Amino acid sequence: MSMDLSVPETWRVKGALYRLEAARCKACGRIHYPPMPACPYCGSRDLERVTLPSEGVLESYTVVYAVPEGSRHKAPVLLGLVRLGRVRVVAEITDADPSELRTGMEVEAVLRRIRSDREAGIIRYGVMFRPKLKGGSRGG
Amino acid sequence: MEGRPEGKTGIHGWGAYVPRYRLPMSEIARVWGWAPEQASGLGMKEKAVAGPDEDSVTMGYEAARNALRRASIEASRVGAVFFGTESKPYAVKPSATIIAEALGITPATMASDLEFACRAASEGLRALIGMVASGLIEYGLVIGSDTAQANPGDVLEFTASSGAVAYVIGPREGAVAYFEGSYTYVTDTPDFWRRAHQPYPLHGEGFTGEPAYFHHIENAVKGLLAELGLKPSDFDYAVFHQPNGKFPLRIARRLGIPKEKVLPGLVTPVIGNTYNASALLGLARVLDVAKPGDRILVAPFGSGAGSDAYSIVVTDAIEERRSLAPLFDDYLSRRKEIDYATYAKFRGIFNVIK
Ligand SMILES: [Zn+2]
Repeated sequence: MSMDLSVPETWRVKGALYRLEAARCKACGRIHYPPMPACPYCGSRDLERVTLPSEGVLESYTVVYAVPEGSRHKAPVLLGLVRLGRVRVVAEITDADPSELRTGMEVEAVLRRIRSDREAGIIRYGVMFRPKLKGGSRGG
Repeated sequence: MEGRPEGKTGIHGWGAYVPRYRLPMSEIARVWGWAPEQASGLGMKEKAVAGPDEDSVTMGYEAARNALRRASIEASRVGAVFFGTESKPYAVKPSATIIAEALGITPATMASDLEFACRAASEGLRALIGMVASGLIEYGLVIGSDTAQANPGDVLEFTASSGAVAYVIGPREGAVAYFEGSYTYVTDTPDFWRRAHQPYPLHGEGFTGEPAYFHHIENAVKGLLAELGLKPSDFDYAVFHQPNGKFPLRIARRLGIPKEKVLPGLVTPVIGNTYNASALLGLARVLDVAKPGDRILVAPFGSGAGSDAYSIVVTDAIEERRSLAPLFDDYLSRRKEIDYATYAKFRGIFNVIK
C-alpha cells in the first residue's frame, strides 16, 4: 500500500509542526525554522533547539487558487510570511477570507490539519496562523 | 463533604473552543424542506461548524491550551490526558497522544480516548477526580471535543455541531473551584447509537427524551443531592447536557430549578450541541462569569445511557485566572455565517474521490 505522506518524516518534524521548535546556531547566532541538521547560513552543526513565539505579525501573504491535489476543499489556500520575533516563517493562514488579510496584522499560532493522506493514510497536524482572536490578548 | 475524595480536588484551569463558522437554522430548513418553525421548536438559532482544516483533535488542542494557561502549571506536571469524543479522526490511534505531545505533556503521562456518546469526557473528569484524590497523579487534563455528525436531512442535523472544552483537575489547594461530590447513574438504554463504519448515528424516535435524557439526569442529580444533603435551591447555577435548547429547561423545571439559573450555561441555542463538550462547555461559560462562593450543579448525559452529577464551589482564585485565556463569549463573537453548501463541503458531506 503506497502512501502520499511519509510517516517517518511526519514523525521526525513533529516538534516543529506542533510546537514551533526551531534551531539556533551557536556559531553565528541565527535561528532557522524548521530545524535542519546544519545551519543554512554558516554550515555549522552546533545547534540548539529554541521555541519560537506563538504570536507574530503577517508581513506578506499570497492567495493560492491553483492548489495542490488534495487541498481543493480548503481552496483558496492563504500562504503567509509571518514574523515571529527575530524569525520569519512561511505558513498557512486559516480562519480568514482573503479580503480580511492585511499586511502588518497580528496573527497567532493554532494547530490544524495540514494534510491528510487520502482516506486511510496518516493525518499531518501542524501549525497555521489565524488573525489574533479578540480577547486573545488575555493569554495570546 | 470534606471527608469525601471529591473534596480533595478542584478545577485549576478551564478552556473553551468554538469554531468560527455558523450555519443558521433557516439554511437547513430551506435545503431539506422542514417547516420554518422546526428549529425554534428545538430552541435553536444557529450552530457552530468546524472549518475544513479542523477536527476534534485540533479543537480539543485549543481548548486544552486555554485550560493549561489558566491553570498556570508546567505541562509536564499533567499525569493523565483523557480525550472524550465520538468523532475520532483515527478509529485506531489515540487522539490524546497527539494533543499531549503538542502541549508538551508527553512522555510521562497516561493518555487515552474515551467513548460513551456525549458523556465520555465527563467519565474522564470523574476518573481524574479519583486519581488526583488518591495521589496517583498531581494534575490531570480532560478534553471533550466533537465535530458531531448527523445524517443529512435528519432532525438531528439542526443541533449536531462542533466545539471543544477542557479542564485541568488538581488538588483543592489553588483551585478556581473545588468539587463537593459526584454521582453517576447508567443503564443499558438504546436511545442513540452509531454502528462501526457507519458515518452517521441513528436514534430511537421518541426514545431519546423520557427513558434516556430525563430519567438518567434526574436520577444522577437526585443521587448527588441525597449524598450531599443538598437541595436544588442551594445552587446558584445549574448546567445540564444540552442536546437542544429545550430539554435543559424542562429537566430544570422538573427538579425545581428556576430558568434564570440555567440560562447562563445554556450555550446550545447559539452554537448547537457539541456532544462531548455540551454541558462542560456550558460550565466553562458559567466559570467565565461566576463569583467566589457560587455553587454550581453540572449534569452531563450520554446516550447508551448515563449521566453524572457534580457539585462545584467557586473559590477566590477564579478572578485572577479568568483573564489568562479567551472567554467563551470571545469565541462566540468571532462569527462568520456560511450557507448549507459551504457547511456540506467543510463537514465532508459531499462524496469526493481522494
Ligand atoms: Zn550558523
